Amino acid sequence: MTTPSSRYDAIIVGGGHNGLVAAAYLARAGRKTLVLERRPLVGGAAVSEEIFPGFTFSVFSYVVSLLRPEIIRDLHLPRHGLQILPLESTVTPLDNGDYLASWPDADANRRELARHSPRDAEAAVQFGRLMHHMAMAVRPILGMVPPDPASLAPSDLAALLKLGKHFRGLGSERFHALYKLMTMSSADYLDEWYEFDPLKATKAASGIIGTMMGPRSPGSAYVLLHHYMGEIDGAFRAWGFQKGGTGGISNAIASSARAFGAEIRTNATVERVLVKGGRVTGVALANGDEISARVVVSGLDPRRTFLDLVERSEIPDDVVQGIERYKFRGSSGKVNLALSGLPSFTCMPGPGPHMRGAFSISPSLDYLERAYDDAKYGEFSRNPYMDIVIPSMIDPGMAPPGKHVMSIFVQYAPYHLNGGWTDAKREAFGDTVVKTLSRYAPNIESLILHRQVLSPADVERITGLSEGNIFGGELALHQLFFLRPVPQWARYRTPIRGYWQCGAGTHPGGGIMGASGRLAALEIVNGR
Amino acid sequence: MSVSFDVIVIGAGSNGLVAATALAQSGRQVLLLERANVAGGKSRVIEFAPGYRAPSLGIEGGWLPPPIAHGIRLELPGMKGPRIAASVAGVDGTMVHLPQDPSSAAEQIRRHSPRDAARWMGFTARIAKLAGFLEALYLLPPPDLDMRSLADVPGLLGLAKKFRGLGRADMTELLRVMPMPVQDLLDDEFESDALKAIIGATAIRDLRQGPRSGGTSFGLLHWLAGAPAGSVRARGAWRDRPDALTVALETAARKAGVTIRYSAAVANILIRDDAVTGVAITGGEEITAPIVVSTADPARTMALVDPVWLDPEFMRAMQNIRYRGCTSIVHYALDRLPEMAGSPDGVDALSGIVSLSPTLDALERAADAAKYGTIPHAPHIEISIPTLRWPSLAPAGKHVLVARVQYAPWHLRDGHFWDGATASALGRTVTQAIERVIPFSHSAVSVMTPARIEDEYALTQGSITHGELMLDQILFMRPVAGSGRYAMPVDGLYLGGSGAHPGPGVLGGAGWLASRRVLADAKRSPGGWR
Amino acid sequence: MNRADNINGPETLLRDGAALSSVQSAESNNLRHRCPESAVPPYTPAGGTCPRASDNAPTRRQCQSPSQSRFTVTRDQRTLTAILKTTPFHARTAPLVRAQTWRRWAGYQVASGYEPHPEHEYASIRNSAALIDVSPLYKYLIGGRDAARLLDRMVTRDVAKCAVGRVLYTPWCDAHGKVIDDGTISRLDERTFRLTSAEPNTRWLAMNAVGLDVTVEDASARTGALALQGPLSRAILQQLTNADIGALKYFRLVHTTIRDIPVTISRTGYTGDLGYELWVDAERAIPLWDALIEAGTPYGITPAGIWALDIARIEAGLIMLDVDYFSSHHTIIDDQKSSPFEINLGWAVSADKGPYNGRRVLRAEKARAPQWGFVGLDVRWESLESIYAARALPPQLPTVAWRVSAPVYKDGKQVGYATSGCWSPLLKKYIALAHIAAPYYAVDTPVSLEVTVEHRRNRADAVVTKLPFFDPERKKA
Repeated sequence: MTTPSSRYDAIIVGGGHNGLVAAAYLARAGRKTLVLERRPLVGGAAVSEEIFPGFTFSVFSYVVSLLRPEIIRDLHLPRHGLQILPLESTVTPLDNGDYLASWPDADANRRELARHSPRDAEAAVQFGRLMHHMAMAVRPILGMVPPDPASLAPSDLAALLKLGKHFRGLGSERFHALYKLMTMSSADYLDEWYEFDPLKATKAASGIIGTMMGPRSPGSAYVLLHHYMGEIDGAFRAWGFQKGGTGGISNAIASSARAFGAEIRTNATVERVLVKGGRVTGVALANGDEISARVVVSGLDPRRTFLDLVERSEIPDDVVQGIERYKFRGSSGKVNLALSGLPSFTCMPGPGPHMRGAFSISPSLDYLERAYDDAKYGEFSRNPYMDIVIPSMIDPGMAPPGKHVMSIFVQYAPYHLNGGWTDAKREAFGDTVVKTLSRYAPNIESLILHRQVLSPADVERITGLSEGNIFGGELALHQLFFLRPVPQWARYRTPIRGYWQCGAGTHPGGGIMGASGRLAALEIVNGR
Repeated sequence: MSVSFDVIVIGAGSNGLVAATALAQSGRQVLLLERANVAGGKSRVIEFAPGYRAPSLGIEGGWLPPPIAHGIRLELPGMKGPRIAASVAGVDGTMVHLPQDPSSAAEQIRRHSPRDAARWMGFTARIAKLAGFLEALYLLPPPDLDMRSLADVPGLLGLAKKFRGLGRADMTELLRVMPMPVQDLLDDEFESDALKAIIGATAIRDLRQGPRSGGTSFGLLHWLAGAPAGSVRARGAWRDRPDALTVALETAARKAGVTIRYSAAVANILIRDDAVTGVAITGGEEITAPIVVSTADPARTMALVDPVWLDPEFMRAMQNIRYRGCTSIVHYALDRLPEMAGSPDGVDALSGIVSLSPTLDALERAADAAKYGTIPHAPHIEISIPTLRWPSLAPAGKHVLVARVQYAPWHLRDGHFWDGATASALGRTVTQAIERVIPFSHSAVSVMTPARIEDEYALTQGSITHGELMLDQILFMRPVAGSGRYAMPVDGLYLGGSGAHPGPGVLGGAGWLASRRVLADAKRSPGGWR
Repeated sequence: MNRADNINGPETLLRDGAALSSVQSAESNNLRHRCPESAVPPYTPAGGTCPRASDNAPTRRQCQSPSQSRFTVTRDQRTLTAILKTTPFHARTAPLVRAQTWRRWAGYQVASGYEPHPEHEYASIRNSAALIDVSPLYKYLIGGRDAARLLDRMVTRDVAKCAVGRVLYTPWCDAHGKVIDDGTISRLDERTFRLTSAEPNTRWLAMNAVGLDVTVEDASARTGALALQGPLSRAILQQLTNADIGALKYFRLVHTTIRDIPVTISRTGYTGDLGYELWVDAERAIPLWDALIEAGTPYGITPAGIWALDIARIEAGLIMLDVDYFSSHHTIIDDQKSSPFEINLGWAVSADKGPYNGRRVLRAEKARAPQWGFVGLDVRWESLESIYAARALPPQLPTVAWRVSAPVYKDGKQVGYATSGCWSPLLKKYIALAHIAAPYYAVDTPVSLEVTVEHRRNRADAVVTKLPFFDPERKKA
C-alpha cells in the first residue's frame, strides 16, 4: 500500500464525459481534483477506438447534439479539440422501394415531405415551432438542481416557486402541450400531427432510443423531446458528428480538465469508496492503493454508486430499496462495420450527399412496435429499428482511403435476454442486423471486412453501465427530475457526507449532455 | 309549439340525473332528455335473452361520492360487496381468491407466497392512501394553470392540506407512482404472478393498454378511489338490485321537479351568436333553453353542434381524443350453476369477479393484438354470475353469467370489421376460454361488441369510459386542454359526462361539478339567470 | 448513442426563416429581425446605390442556377430532386434572367429581376405593361355543397356576397383574431371557388372543413399564373381575346380563351395599377406567355421580376406576409401576431356576417381603437439630405425595396417600426410601410425613421400618411 503524496480535494470515480465535466468544473474552481478511470482511455461510453487496424469507431455513442452549450463555453472545448461536423440528412427506406428523406434545406425538405403528404409538410412547420417551445420550456429545468417537492427547506421552496412561476409563464396552451409530451406515447403524440406513417415512425424512433418502451408506450414522447433539446441553443445546429469520433469530445473535456489542473489516471479501478463515520474519506483501488480525499464523486450509474462502491450498511434501507427498483433495462445494441466500400441503398442507389447523413430503418410504426414486442418477451427484435451512419463519409480519417466505417445503432436488444447473452446469441443478433440491412442495401454483406457486435451485456462489461443502459437508467417519467435516481437524493448528494453522484443516472439524464457533471460540480462548489 | 326551459340536460345516466337534480334543486326549470326508453345509461339492466336480464356494461356498482349524495339530498341505496372480491385462475388452474377483508386476503396469499402475504397489508394501505388523494381531487373541478376563479381556492387549499397530509414521502410517492407501468409497480412489490395479474387487471380496465404501459398505475388508483379499504378490485355493489342507484337517482330527480323525457334523442344543439338557444330533438321539435348540459361523450356532444361555431383548433383537439373502445361484454343464460360454484369459495368467487388471466404477460399479450387492430387469441376475460347476488335477474333456479372481455378493439384492421361473424367468433373464443377453467353450459349467449356498444349506448368507438383514461386525458386535459372545466366554447354549453373530469366510475362526479359550474357562471354573468 | 431523427428540416425553419411561401422570405434569419437576401437597409453606405449583389452570395441555402440545381446521380428521377421547383413559365423566363438574379418564392425559383437593375421593369408597371410570373402563389380549388360555407367560416369577409364572376380579397384569422394569411377568393362558378394564398393552407382548410361537405384541391402546381400589370395591359389583352376586357370591372373575372388556350382573367393584381391576372393550365403556360409577348411587344410589354413588383406594391400600400406581418401559425411569441385592424385590413372584417374564426375577438376589437396602425411614412427629403450632408455625402438611394425592420420614433421614444420601404421612382419620394402604436398612427403625425448613414444611426423626419401612396384612377376605371 502506497500512501498518496498529497490529499485530494475531490476524486472522481469514472472518467466518462460527466465525470470529466465534473472534474473540469471542480478544477476550475480551484479544487485539487483526481479522475480515476478503470479503462486505458477516458470517455466511458463516449470513446473512439481503432477496433480494426485502420478503422476507428465511435464504439458506443456516435452522434452529439445535447452537449450543453454553457459547458462548451465554460470549458473552452473548441480550443481543446471539439469540432462538430454536420450530419444533415436522414433517409428512411420504405418497404415499397421509395424513401422518405429529410434534407437540411427547408425548401427541399418541404418538397420531399409534400411528395408523401402535403398536410404533413404543413404540419411539420407548426410541429417544429411547438417542439421549439417545448424545448424552451424544459431547458431551464435541465439547468436546474431538482428541488424536492416534499421539502420545506427555503431553498427547495424557492426553487419550487421559481418552477411554478416558469410554468405559469408558459401560458396554459404551452403548459398543456408540455403536459401531453410528458405523458403520451410518441405514436399518439405524432398521430395528432401527421398522417404519413413512415414519417411518424422515423420521428417516433427518437422516442424509443435507449428505452424499454415502444412507440406506443406512454412516456415515450418525453424521450422524443429529450432528443430535440439540443436543437434550440444553436450550439451545433441539430445533430453532428465529432471529428475523430465521439471520443474526441471526451478527450476535449479531459484536455480542458487537465488545463484547469485536474489529474486524470487511467487503468485505475476504484474498488471501494472509503467511509468513516458516515463521511467519505477516499477510495481504495483494485491494486490496493488508497487515496484520500474530502469529496468523492461517482460518475457511475446509481446501482454502482449506491450499492457496489460502498457498504450497504452506509445507505439507509429505503434508499437501497429505491435504487434496487430503479429501472435500467438496457435495450440497445450496436454493430460496427468496417467496409471495403460504400453500400448502395436500393431506394437511393449509389453515392450522393445522403451518404453523409443517417439512414433510419423505421418503415412504419407497426414495424417499431413489433420490434418492441419481441424485446418485451426477452428476445432481440427479429426486425430491428436501426439508425445507421457512415462516419468515414463525414470524417475521412476514420477509415483507410476508399474504405468506410459504418455505425449501426440497434433497438431492441434487451439486456434480459431469454437464456442470457452468449457468444452465439451475439453473433445471431449481428446476423439479424446485417440481414435486415441487406434488405435495403443488398451489397452490404459483400463489403464487410470486419464486424463488431455489442450487446447490452457487452456494453455493461466494457463501459460498466448497468444492464447496458445508455442513459444510466431509463428515461421514464417516474425516474426523472426530483425522482432521479431516487426521491430525496436527486440533488447529486448521497446519504454519505462528502460522497456525490454526477452520472447520467442523475437529473437531467444521458445523451452526452454533460449537464449532470456540471450541476453536481456546481453543487459541490457552492453547496458545502 | 315552443317549449322553454332554464336548462336542458342531455342523457339520463348517473351524471345527467345528478346534474339535472342539482340544477332543479337550485330552482331552475330543468328538462332531462334521454334517447333510450329508460334511465341508467351504461348501467341500465337489459334483457339479453327472454327472461334473462343483466346489468349491461358494468357488474360493479361504482362509487357515488357521499358528498355528492349529500349535495343532492340523495339517500344512497344499501351496498353489499361480495365476500371474495376477486379471484384469478392461476397458470396451473388453481384459483387464488382475494377476500375483501385484507387480513383474510393475506391469509389466502400466504398459501402461494409468504413474502407477498407479508407485504399485502402494507401495499393495500399504501394504495388506499394514494387513492384517497384522488377521492378528494374528484370532488373538485380540475386545478389548472390559468385558474382565476376565487371560488376554487378554498377547495384547493383543502386539497393541498390533504395532499400535505399524505406526508413527505407519500407525496413524492404519488407523483412517482402515477406515471408508472402497473407492471413495474407490482414487480417491485410482489412475486406471485397470479396476484400481480389480478391487480394488473384492475389497472388496465377499459384501456387499450397492457400492464407495461406507463400510466396504468394511475388507472389502478383511479378505480380504487372510493373502494373499501384493502380492496384491489371492487367498489362493491348495490344490495337490492343492480340498478338500485339509478332508481334512487330518478326518484330524486322527479322529486326535485325535473321533467324527464325518454326516447327523445337530441338531433342538434341550437346556437345563435355564439350562444346556445336550445335543442332540436329527432323529429324536429325544438325546445328553448339558454343552457344545455350534455352528458353524452365529447364527440357525440360536439357532433350536435354546427362546426362553424367552433375553433378549428378546438375541433382538432376534440378529434384527437383517443376513445379506442376495446371492451366487449358477453352475456350467457345458464340453466344451472357451473360446477366450480359448488364449493363455498367457488360460489363467493363467482358472485365477485373471476379473472382468467393468470399472468401480467397474458394481459400484455392480449393487449398486443389490440395494438394492431386484431382480436387476441387469448383475450383477457373476467367473469361474474350476478344472479348469485340478485336471483331475480333470471328465472327461478337459472343463472346469468357475464364475461367482460378485453381487448376487443373497436377499430379492426386488415379488412375486418365488427359484424355477426366477428361477434360469433369472439363469442366462441370467450366460451372456450371460460370452459377451460370453469366448465359450464349455456342456453343463450349475447355478444356486446364495441360496435354494438357504440350503437346502442351512443358511445364513440364503443368507449365505455368516454375516452381512454390515460394520464394525458385526465384532470384539466379532459376532454381537451383548455376546456377541462365543463364550459364548452359555445356560451351556455356544458359537458357533464364521463368525458369530463373526474371521468368514468365516479358516478355523478362530472354531472355534479358541471352543475356547480353552471350555477357559478349564472352568478357571474351580468344578467344573472337568463 | 442517441440522436433525434433528422426529419426536422421544416422545423429548423424556426431558425432559418419563418416561411418560404412569400417572396424573398427564405433567407430570413428570424421572424422580426430578418435580413432578406436582397434587402437593402435604409440607405446603403457610400457608393452602394445598386442592389446588394447578395442574390448570388454564397449562402447555405443558395439558389443555384438551373444547370447546377439538379443533383441527379442515378436512373431514378425521385433521387435527389432539385431543391427548388420551377414554374410553368420557366423555359421562357430562365433565358431572360441575364444576371442570374434568382430568388426563392414558396419553394420556387423565380427571377428577382431579368435585368440587373429593376428601373425599367418597374417603369413598365406604371407606364406600359409588365408581365410577372406569379405562379408560386398557392391556389386551391374548393367545391362541393358547403364550399361557400367553408370559406365563409374561415375568412373575415362575407363570402355570401361573392357572386359568380367576382373576386374578393380577404385575410383569414385564427380563433384569437390574429391573421394567418391573406389572399383572394374567386367564385369560378356557383359551387367552385379558387382561393389564393401566400402560404400553404391545405391543413388549415382541412381543419376548417370538418363536418362540411366540401372538396379541396391544391391546384398550385397545375395552374400557371401571370400578372399583366400596367396602363396598357387592357389594350394588350383585348387583342388576344373575344371577351370584352374593357367591360371587366375591378375584382371581376371572366373565363375565355387566348389563341384557343382556356384562361381565366381576373382584374386583380399586386401593383395598385390597372392590371390583370391570368390563370392557365400549366401545360398551356408557354404558348400563353408567347402570345402575350407577341401581342404586347408593340405596347412595350416587359417581363418583370420581384424587385419591380415590390416597389409597386409598397407604393400601393399592399402588405406582404412574412415582411409586413407574420402568420399567426408561424410566430413564436404573441407580439409577433397581428389582427386585421393592425395591418390596415379592418375594412375587410365584416361587421354583420355569421360565424367565422376570430369573430368574437374581432368584434370586441372593432369596438375599441386598435392598438396598432399600419400606415405609410413619407420621409422628408430635406431631412435625409441634411443627414447625408453632415457626412459630406449626397443622399444615397437604394434601387430596390428594403425589408428590414427600422425603428420609428416620436419625441425620442420608439413608437413603431417600418417593415418595408423604397424610393418611389414615380412619386419621387422616400416611402415606407410602418406599424405605429396608438395614438401616433393618426395621419399627419410627425415621426422619425431610423436610417443608418456611414455606419451611424440617424433619425430622418417623416410624416404618417394614409395608404396607398399611389392610387391611379385607372386602377378601377
